[in-house]
Parts: sequence; C-alpha cells; structure tokens
Amino acid sequence: MSTSAIDVRGLRKAFGDLQVLDDLSLHVERGEFVSILGPSGCGKSTILSVLNGTEPADSGELLLDGEPLNRMQSPFAWMPQHDVLFPWRTVEQNVALGGEVAGGLSKREALAQARALLPTFGLDEFGATRPYQLSGGMRQRAAFARTVAQGRDILLLDEPFGALDALTRTELQLWLEQIWGRERWTVVLITHDVREAVLLSDRVYVLGPRATGITLELEIPLPRPRSLELLGNADAAALERELLQALHAGRTA
Amino acid sequence: MRRTLRIVLPPLLVVGLLGVVWEVYARVGNLGDELLPPLSRVLSAGWDDRASLWASTQPTLREVLLGFAVSMVFAFAISILLDASGLARRSVMPVLIGSQTIPLVVLAPLVVIWFGFGLTPKILLVALVTFFPIVVGLLDGYASSERDAVTLLRTMGASWPTVFRLVRLPSALPGFFTGLRIAITYAVVAAIFAEYAGAETGLGVYIQGADNSFRTDLVLAAVLVTAVLTLALYAATFIVQRLTIPWYTDARKVNQ
Ligand SMILES: Nc1ncnc2c1ncn2[C@@H]1O[C@H](COP(=O)(O)OP(=O)(O)OP(=O)(O)O)[C@@H](O)[C@H]1O
Ligand SMILES: [Mg+2]
Repeated sequence: MSTSAIDVRGLRKAFGDLQVLDDLSLHVERGEFVSILGPSGCGKSTILSVLNGTEPADSGELLLDGEPLNRMQSPFAWMPQHDVLFPWRTVEQNVALGGEVAGGLSKREALAQARALLPTFGLDEFGATRPYQLSGGMRQRAAFARTVAQGRDILLLDEPFGALDALTRTELQLWLEQIWGRERWTVVLITHDVREAVLLSDRVYVLGPRATGITLELEIPLPRPRSLELLGNADAAALERELLQALHAGRTA
Repeated sequence: MRRTLRIVLPPLLVVGLLGVVWEVYARVGNLGDELLPPLSRVLSAGWDDRASLWASTQPTLREVLLGFAVSMVFAFAISILLDASGLARRSVMPVLIGSQTIPLVVLAPLVVIWFGFGLTPKILLVALVTFFPIVVGLLDGYASSERDAVTLLRTMGASWPTVFRLVRLPSALPGFFTGLRIAITYAVVAAIFAEYAGAETGLGVYIQGADNSFRTDLVLAAVLVTAVLTLALYAATFIVQRLTIPWYTDARKVNQ
C-alpha cells in the first residue's frame, strides 16, 4: 500500500451530461510539488473542487496518507483562480482570514500570525493597505499568504499566476521557487504554462481535453534552487518540449 | 471645495430657474394668492411663520427617523431570514410585493383607526413604506457576493453564519444604501400622510390648518420644507455610507 499524501483513484465527475473527469488517478507525496498541466476547460479546477470538498465526486476514492479523507478536518488550503481578496479588509486582515476561519485562531492571534507572514510574501509594508491599492502581483501574493495562513498541510493552487502580465508572472514564479525551497509545502499547482510547470515542479501530470484523463506523467529531475539560466539548458528544454508535445497531441486527438 | 461646487451648483441653478419661472408666472398671470402666490410671498410668509413651521417640522422629523429605525431593524432581520432560506424567499417575497400595492391614501386612515393619534401609526406607516426598498437592496446585495469568496470560506470550514457575517453582509452594504436612498424619498411623504389622517402636531397638521384657512402661501412653504428635509436626509445617507463603507467608494474610484 502506498502512503502518499494524496491518493486519488478512479475519480469520476460529471456536470449534468458533461463528463469532465473520467477515471482519473493521481498521487502526491508529502513535501512534493506536483503540477497539473492542461488546456482550458479540461477539468483542472474541477479536480481541486473535488479535493477541497466543494463538489462531490460521482465515484472514486480519495485517500489521505492511505486513509479515506475525513471532511471534518480538511487538510487542504485552496487558492482560487481569482484572488477574491475582500475589499472591506486590509491586506493583513485578508491574510488573517486564513487563521481566523480555517486555523480556529482568535482575531488577535490570526492578525499577529498574518503580520508575521507578510515579509515572506514581500508585503511587510502593505499590511494596512487595501487590496485595490495593490498591483496584480501583490494581490496574488496576498491571496497566497492567506492560503498559507490556513495552516493546512496541502496547498491547492489554481493558476495563481494565470492572470498576470508575463514579466510579473516570471518574477512570482521565481519567488515561489525560492520560498518553496525553504518551506517545502506539499503543493498541487494547476497551470497551463509549460515553463512554469518545469520551473516549479517535482512531477507534472498532463491532462488531455475534457474526460480523456492523464496523457503524460513526467518527473522533473532538475536540481534546485532553479533559475532562469537553468531553464535555458538542454535538459530543461527537452522536458519543456515533451510537455508541450503531450499538450498538443491531446488537442488534435 | 471645487468638487462641492460642481455638485451643488447645477441643481441650484435649475432650482433658481424654476423659482424665477414660478415668480413670473404667478405675477404676470395674476392668479391670486389663494390659487398660486408668487414664490417671494411664499418665502416671506414661511419666514414670518418660521417658529410654527419649525415646531411642526420637529415631530415629523422624529417620526421619520423612528420609522426608519424600526424599518431597518425589521429589514435586516427579514432579509437575513430570506437569504438563509430559499423557501422563505419564495413564499414571503410575493406577500411583500403585494403589500407595496396598497395605496398610502388607503393605508394612512386605516393605521390611524387601528393605532390612534399618537406616534405609533406614523412610525408604522413610515416603516411600512421604507421597509420594502431596503429589503430589496439588501437581498440584491447578498446575491452580489462573489461565489468564489463564499466557496473559499466554506473550504476553510466556515459555517453559514460565519459566511454571512464575513462575506454576504459586507457585500450587501452598497445595495443596502441604494435601497435606503430610495426609501428616504418616500419617508417624509409617508409621515405627512399619516399626520394628515389624524395627528396633533407635524407638517401634515400644519398643511391641513393652512389649507383650511386658505393660506396657500403657507401650504407651499411647508411643501418646500418637506422637499428640503428629504434632500437633507438623502444627502445624509451618502455621509453615513462614506463613514461605514469607505472601501466601497475608494475601490470604485481606483477601478475606474
Ligand atoms: N459548477 C459547474 N457546473 C457546470 N459545469 C461546470 C461547473 N464547473 C465547471 N464546469 C464545466 O466543466 C468543464 C471543466 O471546467 P474547469 O473549470 O474544471 O476547467 P479548467 O480546466 O479549470 O479550465 P480553465 O483553464 O479555463 O480554468 C468546463 O467545460 C466547465 O464549463
Ligand atoms: Mg480553472
């Protein structure tokens, strides 16, 4: 028996007549950074919705450390595709929401914890500002901090950098690679950016178009810490090409 | 300062223009003070009678504010119930909408018959009239909550009351103020109607008295006071909004 952090077996999920996930299986080890790469509309967000309990699965098994998942103590901290920061809360109050609601901390403790987190996310001077005063990249980092503040074991990140401009995106990808190296969270990252998957992941799943399932599982054995220069080398380029081909093969199939 | 001017000046010009038209029309047409006295006479008569006018305005204002307080408490309570339960919403909303079709002229004497000449029927009528727009504003506001925000809190393990407090209620406040502003334009009129139907003091009683003694100038002076009162209350909602949800106006400015 495996004792993966997450073990998903034979997952099926349909919305009405629309079969989105059909017999999907995947696993994530503790401390592993796994990306799920796939075209738009293939069901990436749906996987996270099933994991975080928002959507019930039609069938399939969900094991956590080898045990059936107990919904009362969700191990997942979910970061939605849009940042959903609350405009009526300051940045630190937004971050504190994680500890306050998910962590069961008192308001004061949650705020103290949030303030302690801010430097890691490059927001130390912005605790008292409102989300609408932040740039897109900073908003994303605030939403990220709120996710981490939940104090849960496994982070589910839904295209955290998808809406950013190319420059900011690269900057945040490198930033994440750096802090992940320190924190070693267990991460499931949704993305449709091949380079992002190679830069950040230990392992990548490529998902075909809707309901075709996993078309490729690829280890990324590149050394860490990773940098832009590393992405330029032949190994990285070959990995990127393989992922890209799998993505496109799925599209024309 | 310049902003204030830009907001205040255009309506003042329009009001001034209407005033001039009124003045000229009344004088040239020589309609007689009983039919339509010129504005200048209305103003000077109102000024001469200011002590009595002010004494009549106070009870009306009190009724409006108390009626509003009652209305808001009930509007919040009912809206929470309606937001929590789709069944409640489907069954209660038609009744609420139906209640809005009863004309004030019918309702006012009835409320007086039921509750007498005191403060209660006035408060009740103001509350009845202002309640609906506030509830609709709130319900609309709840529905405007971002779906992902609600889902996010649910995945954090939040209960429905927590989701309501942290997301749905703050999301609804802009809608609440919109509803409040619509309600406020009805409120003063409703109070005057209630007074008309039976009261000892208030602008409604004042208007009735002036009307009975053929003092059209004083009737119109009281009408002007009513208009000013409504405008002042309307403006006050913006100030209260600014103080309670500063993030709303600011966020909109940034996003423009
Ligand atoms: N709650 C829902 N009800 C009905 N259909 C849904 C629902 N959620 C998702 N879908 C449909 O399921 C399919 C997969 O959606 P999903 O959001 O998982 O895709 P995705 O891979 O995350 O896409 P993107 O890259 O655009 O975010 C889409 O066709 C979508 O329209
Ligand atoms: Mg998605």
